[in-house]
Amino acid sequence: MNTAQTTPAQLRQMLTIRRAEERVIHFAQDHDGLIRGHYHVYIGQEASGVGACGALGSEDYVFTTHRNHGHVIAKGADLGRVLAEIIGRTTGYNQGRGGTFHVIAPDLGILQTSGVVGGCMPLAAGAAHSIKTRGTDQVSMVFFGDGVLEEGAFYETINMASLWKLPIIFMCENNDVPPNLRKGGESPLDSLAATRLTDISEAFHITSIVVDGADVAAVSSVMEDVVARTRRGEGPFFVEARITRWPGNMAAFPTLIGGDYQTEWSFSPASAPDELRDWLEHDDPISLSIRALVEDGAISREAVEAMDEEICEAVEAAAKFALDSPEPAPESALEHVFA
Amino acid sequence: MKEMTFAEALCLGITECLDADARVTLINSGFGGLTPHRASYNVIREKYADRITDAPISELGYCGIGIGAAMTGLRPIVALGTSAFSFEAWPQILNEAAITCYGSRGQVTVPVVFHMLTGIRGAGAVQHSHAPQAMFCNAPGLQVVTPGSPADARGLMKTVALESENPTIYIDHQMLQGVTEQIDEAAGPIPLGQGEVKREGSDVTVVAISVMVPRALEAAETLADEGISVEVVDPRTLVPLDKEIILKSVAKTGHVVIADESQLTCGVAAELAAVIVEEGFESLKAPIKRVGIPNVPIPYHKAEEEFVTPTAKRIVDAVKELCG
Repeated sequence: MNTAQTTPAQLRQMLTIRRAEERVIHFAQDHDGLIRGHYHVYIGQEASGVGACGALGSEDYVFTTHRNHGHVIAKGADLGRVLAEIIGRTTGYNQGRGGTFHVIAPDLGILQTSGVVGGCMPLAAGAAHSIKTRGTDQVSMVFFGDGVLEEGAFYETINMASLWKLPIIFMCENNDVPPNLRKGGESPLDSLAATRLTDISEAFHITSIVVDGADVAAVSSVMEDVVARTRRGEGPFFVEARITRWPGNMAAFPTLIGGDYQTEWSFSPASAPDELRDWLEHDDPISLSIRALVEDGAISREAVEAMDEEICEAVEAAAKFALDSPEPAPESALEHVFA
Repeated sequence: MKEMTFAEALCLGITECLDADARVTLINSGFGGLTPHRASYNVIREKYADRITDAPISELGYCGIGIGAAMTGLRPIVALGTSAFSFEAWPQILNEAAITCYGSRGQVTVPVVFHMLTGIRGAGAVQHSHAPQAMFCNAPGLQVVTPGSPADARGLMKTVALESENPTIYIDHQMLQGVTEQIDEAAGPIPLGQGEVKREGSDVTVVAISVMVPRALEAAETLADEGISVEVVDPRTLVPLDKEIILKSVAKTGHVVIADESQLTCGVAAELAAVIVEEGFESLKAPIKRVGIPNVPIPYHKAEEEFVTPTAKRIVDAVKELCG
């Protein structure tokens, strides 16, 4: 564990993302036809998004992927507008045009959320090129999964970013690491010939850092430093956050194993469902944070439960706002092809 | 007024854009391709070196960088060179630039210009002679401009690089580079979706796109000697399309030849023919004729290449079949 301390504010943000994602799963499973098609939740990755976005300012740019909900919330999005977008309502961030795949929030600097693996890599470098050309001290951050390293767009982008010393942070969420290999210092993937992801970025002379993606304090500490250095013109940077997949996230359609997360599980893993027990003990950023905060005396168990209750109420209110919001008129399908 | 080549006029338009707006930047600068007219663009490098970013051979990457820069306050002109290289960048142009405004309901716009040299250039063979204009027209969200004269090359560049908020495919052609015209140096931008009658006539309408405009004008001259009066209509931009100027001319002549140097199947000429049939059927006195490339890739050998090229003579032949 990093020596940096987790804060209750970080726990609140992570738990908010967790509860919002559970709500998304409930939307899909409890309401017939509300979410058509597949969707991707951020459960188990909350520390990465919260730690990384927490280091950014309001003028910075974020580009993300099909697994975007957590990034958008961590950057400060309104929960009601996020959930409304995910179920296609006019009160959503893209007025229901983007859906779960493409939640964007230009006011928060989130300009494109590409469902194509690697789609945002060049776009984020373009934003960084623009920053450098305009001479501002903004930074551009792009979130992506390890699968992007299988795409050509990745290599073209890191090459130009390095050649041109662009103010960009490549935030790789390596969420495909088998638990038994995660602590071993390597991250072999079945579908990538390289042994370590950072071997690739380092070959392009990009300063590369590996961080425990389950430890929000560690992510936050690394990202505060990396963002500050990028702002000073020392970019680009490549950060690999090692994250062990949430066991419910194996299939395209997630299932909440054992139902909604119980804060109780963080204190007594024996009370958790069998399939989750090992993951909760070693890899779940929320359970790890709760334990660390309570052990440090930064927060009481009761305060955690009270915080969770508040968050659940806020998420329920946001869900109600989304469900009560109007749907787009069918003929609006013809609008906004062009500016 | 001053006589200029297409290359000189386009270069003038680009430099006017660079002068007018600091947000206009260039990614690459090979506007003239490999033609002798490439030197006409040298002034861009001489005067605006600090506005040009020379990218590695990474079309997917640098087109995406142009898009991302356009989302964040710049107005980049990306020079791809040969249009076939756009195929390397297809995911970024078609699946990012084209859908961004729609996907965000107008909140994020992408004012980027992709300039490319299309078509049969002489020995370009199977991989360097592509004419992808119809493919781009089939991707909602992209503007497609197809200047066929020096004045239009300059005016349309000023429109898309300085005024438009949408991503634009700028269809250029190597064989246009040396075409000359008297240029009004004070002329401004040319509105998109506003075609021009390049020559008035009464017997037959030739709708000509890009490099087919000078060929159609040549054909009209030949046919005039034989007593056939040809009206040459250039829509100048395919997306948006000036349907009215085409339908109005067809209403006058009743005969139409559509000339576009690209493959005929699902091509630009096919789309224009569909528009005329759907919205101007009663004007037609004879079936529509299309002059384009048969549905084959472009061969290398000179004789084979000429065999598939839609020349002025092919337009003459098509008009005679209609009006003969």
